[in-house]
Amino acid sequence: MNQTISNYIQSHKQQIQDEWINRTKEEADERVVRLVSDRVFVSTSKEFIDLLISNFKGTNEEYTNRLTDFAEKVVRLGWPLTFVTKGLHTFNLIVFEGMQEEGIVTKENQMDIVYEFDRWATPMNNEIVSVYSSTWERTVSLQKIALQELSAPLIPVFEGITVMPLVGTIDTERAKQIMENLLKGAVKHRSEVVLIDITGVPVVDTMVAHHIIQAADAVRLIGAKCMLVGIRPEIAQTIVNLGIDLNQFTTKNNLKKGIEAALELTNKKIVSTGGAK
Amino acid sequence: MDIQSCVTIINEWDIVAARQLGRNVAKELGFGTVDQARITTAISELARNIYLYAGKGQICIDKLYDGGKAGLRINAVDSGPGIREIRQVMEDGFSTSGGLGAGLPGVKRLMDEFDIESSPGQGTQIRASKWLR
Repeated sequence: MNQTISNYIQSHKQQIQDEWINRTKEEADERVVRLVSDRVFVSTSKEFIDLLISNFKGTNEEYTNRLTDFAEKVVRLGWPLTFVTKGLHTFNLIVFEGMQEEGIVTKENQMDIVYEFDRWATPMNNEIVSVYSSTWERTVSLQKIALQELSAPLIPVFEGITVMPLVGTIDTERAKQIMENLLKGAVKHRSEVVLIDITGVPVVDTMVAHHIIQAADAVRLIGAKCMLVGIRPEIAQTIVNLGIDLNQFTTKNNLKKGIEAALELTNKKIVSTGGAK
Repeated sequence: MDIQSCVTIINEWDIVAARQLGRNVAKELGFGTVDQARITTAISELARNIYLYAGKGQICIDKLYDGGKAGLRINAVDSGPGIREIRQVMEDGFSTSGGLGAGLPGVKRLMDEFDIESSPGQGTQIRASKWLR
């Protein structure tokens, strides 16, 4: 880092900090400022500026190593990304303008200083954006895994009877998983009847219906019977309106009725023991 | 007519967003659960068509007021490849993607009014409305 810039920042730390807080507050999105109290805003801003300034110290060689550390700290402040990048920009502007006022920046060295700033600010910007996005990517991929684990469970309830409860939206990815788990599970548990419970599926459109029909066809091919349960009245009406043919299915309006029917199909019966307590 | 709200359809999750928007507006207008389900299903079909065939488009939900009647209109617009033979896609069981082919005729049956404009290479606009009874 250029010695003159570094010196200027060191000696004008307080002034820069106050100016930055003022300007950011003016520019900041109403939402951001309203969400946090004044004290929190000032203290976090101080932390941000401290971080920025501490980044100036030390040699150029250490700079790249320090950057990742710095960016991680900034991310930990929990601010929106645009807010941080804007904050960086404001910081640079304040320093540059301040130096201009004091005559440190002259017409002759103006370009050099601009380049120097750029060399310092660009890697920092990039690093912050990349740390931010990798944090998001990590969150998204973790959520994806969590979602996948929930997406198509298959539960054996009695010998030969298995239930797949479906909750939430079914997209292409999930439809594939439903099919896979259904077939794998039906073979593994030696199911004779597989019940698909769609109580928790908010919308049954032609695509969802298509996937369910295909899954049921495949289940039939491996020698089991597929039953569709949990059809709510409004879903029943939309299915009729859409003209989807579910005639090859046995359908029941809830899981209880479905299991009763499945027990009957497998020649089983639940009887109460009738023992006196 | 009220201020409209729109959802841009680019990926599969936008279909869910469009559906959610439609459901909220339908609820606001006082549609019953059955009609809410019809409206969300219709939006789901139209949004999925955009996602599957056009790649990118927009679903807008308008509130309609006509005399004493209130209603909801779905406006699905894309600038995709368009539909060559509209009569054909309105037939039950016709599909170019191996689906059930019940989408568009289904939407027509789910809603009260249905209007489709499309020409090859120009894109497609579909308007479907449902009136509150």
